[in-house]
Amino acid sequence: MLPEPAPMTAPATTIIRSWSCILFVSALAISGECLIAAAMRRLGDLDRLRTGTGLRSYLGPIRAVLSSPIFLIGALCMALNFFAMLFTLSVVDLSLAAPAIGSLTYVGNAIAAKLFLHENVDRRRWLATSFLAVGVVLVSR
Amino acid sequence: MTHRLKPSQYAILICVMLTASVGDTLLSHGMKQVGPVDLHHLSLLWHALFNPYVDIGIVLLIGFFACYMTALSFADLTFVMPATAFGYVVIALLSRFWLHEHLSLSRWLGILLITSAVGFVANSPSRTEHPSLDVMDSATGR
Repeated sequence: MLPEPAPMTAPATTIIRSWSCILFVSALAISGECLIAAAMRRLGDLDRLRTGTGLRSYLGPIRAVLSSPIFLIGALCMALNFFAMLFTLSVVDLSLAAPAIGSLTYVGNAIAAKLFLHENVDRRRWLATSFLAVGVVLVSR
Repeated sequence: MTHRLKPSQYAILICVMLTASVGDTLLSHGMKQVGPVDLHHLSLLWHALFNPYVDIGIVLLIGFFACYMTALSFADLTFVMPATAFGYVVIALLSRFWLHEHLSLSRWLGILLITSAVGFVANSPSRTEHPSLDVMDSATGR
């Protein structure tokens, strides 16, 4: 059986599938990063949690991080993000997925950091975020 | 109160930049060898774990995760973001000067934009203090 000739424009179902994959991966990344940021912010400077000397001194911070429920949910989101990304890259062109997921994640992160983490996203950081969003699209295309 | 970072904290941000980009590159190289994965062949994901490029990529990404979390413990998410984005610049520059690939004008423009975003944020306070302190900071012109 001969393969059908490639259509000039992608069918609507393909477009919807591609963009739902992209939105899903971005949403997982944003929630994961915000939850982890919230958990780490609550823990504060990790150096303070170190006791003793040598490699053993890192046990304190590691134990503190791993016993934080917010961190665990965030890490779960990041793990799901990892596998969703592997899946997405197999069905969506890298030249679309990489720039779209990259810039959506940066813009979404800035908005979520402002809304949920109450970070002081001033004009300088908004400017940096928009430069990142455009720059990531240009570089990863 | 401005938050100046210690040299060790800058080193962690540089690790965030390098491990993420190199890890992603190795992972993508490994997944190209594994082949396309779709919903009916999810077992290929298990297969991917036995590819050395995927393995080294995963180790580097675990290192990235540790550095990234350490960075988030002393800095804002919106402060660390440009550092993670700088990984794209590292990948582009690696492909230009190591693999001798041609970089188009738009890619150079993207590198310029990301680098200036890093510049904007790098000299600003790394941590949001309590809102009332932020008001005091802006009142004193910082």
